[in-house]
Amino acid sequence: MSNDPTHQFLIQKIVPLNVGGYDVSFTNASLFMVATVAVASGFLYFSSSSRSLIPGRSQSLAEMSYEFIANMLREGAGSHGMKFFPMVFSLFMFVLTANLLGMVPYFFTVTSQIIVTFALALFVIGTVIVYGFYKHGLGFLNLFVPSGVPGALLPLVVAIEVISFLSRPISLSVRLFANLLAGHITLKVFAGFVASLGALGALGVGGAVLPLIMTVALTGLEFLVAFLQAYVFAVLTCMYLNDAVHPGGH
Amino acid sequence: MFVTPAYAEETTAQPAPAAADAAATEAHGAPAAEETHTETGVAHEGGPKVFPPFDSTTFASQLLWLVITFGLFYLLMQKVIAPRIGGILEDRKSRISKDLNEAASLKKEADLAVETYEKELAQAKAKANTIASEAREAAKGKAAAERAAVEAELTKKVTEAEGRIAEIKAKAFADVGTIATETASAVVERLIGGSVAPADVAAAVASAKQEG
Repeated sequence: MSNDPTHQFLIQKIVPLNVGGYDVSFTNASLFMVATVAVASGFLYFSSSSRSLIPGRSQSLAEMSYEFIANMLREGAGSHGMKFFPMVFSLFMFVLTANLLGMVPYFFTVTSQIIVTFALALFVIGTVIVYGFYKHGLGFLNLFVPSGVPGALLPLVVAIEVISFLSRPISLSVRLFANLLAGHITLKVFAGFVASLGALGALGVGGAVLPLIMTVALTGLEFLVAFLQAYVFAVLTCMYLNDAVHPGGH
Repeated sequence: MFVTPAYAEETTAQPAPAAADAAATEAHGAPAAEETHTETGVAHEGGPKVFPPFDSTTFASQLLWLVITFGLFYLLMQKVIAPRIGGILEDRKSRISKDLNEAASLKKEADLAVETYEKELAQAKAKANTIASEAREAAKGKAAAERAAVEAELTKKVTEAEGRIAEIKAKAFADVGTIATETASAVVERLIGGSVAPADVAAAVASAKQEG
């Protein structure tokens, strides 16, 4: 245990591995990736295994998350976008489960690592670019040329569109990463105040009540953030996929 | 390695990663507990520690394991979970629409049955009315005929009775003369003490009868 608020993000090797000069050790981060996948797929697999016509609680929850993403994708990217359903659904479930698992004390938060969120964001943008060019050829570049813009302004607008497109993977990944990171650091700092003030004696214990209340409130907030960030990630994924499906549709 | 740790990119390119890794882990692991840092955790004055999420020595491992785990998860979602839950929802939807269609057709049938029933009911009512009125007419006719017959009989009986009464009356009136004559002769006999000729008495009675 450490009072260092960044200690919780430290990667620790469990099984050291080295392949081709790269350190690919099985770390606590890997462990929690495995746990995230196990929990999410275990839940979805077993809750839907009875395939009942009238769903029980867990099957309802699985169906609800399915329909939540299906509706989001249909609204965001139209019915042509539905082929991306497995992708958006797995992104949402992975991020949500990782965020929620991170709320358990002493658990590692997979999504508080910029490389993980950046990889997920690149996966999304990569899919958009590959599918966009595959489906529309060079017509995909219409994405950067909004219709109805006067000719003189066009270079400027195109430049802005290109910059905004390129900044998407960064904003998408940093948003998730920063929210999780900041939330967990804040929690740790306030909880640390409780411990250090409590160690100061009677007066300190009285003073520790305030940060304790803050910690409780922040924990609630963090659960909200955990869900909200998964939701935002999925919604933005749907919006970006919409560009791949309908590049001219501004 | 220890001196310029803050920027991740440089370390990834290091040619001897095995040794570097071991050193890096030691650097993160052991001293972290005692040192105090600012919230950002970035070592300012050439400290041996990088802010963990920006420590590029861990990137390769994280990427690899993310690709493995998320890849498996994606495959599972695509091959098993999404079709399965989609199938459940589809089944339910088709079942509900089938049931609704069935209900609609049953309702149509029921409506048809009600219509037929009402038609038949109306027909039956009309038929019942005709039968009733026919029966009423028949009963009325029969009653009238019977009444006529009874009345005729009664009239006949009345006439007969009247005839008999008249007969009796006439006979009684005829007897009145005889009785009066006998009474008168008896009265006269007692009054005058001798008998009177019956012819005279009869004449007197007849004259009195005429007057009376």
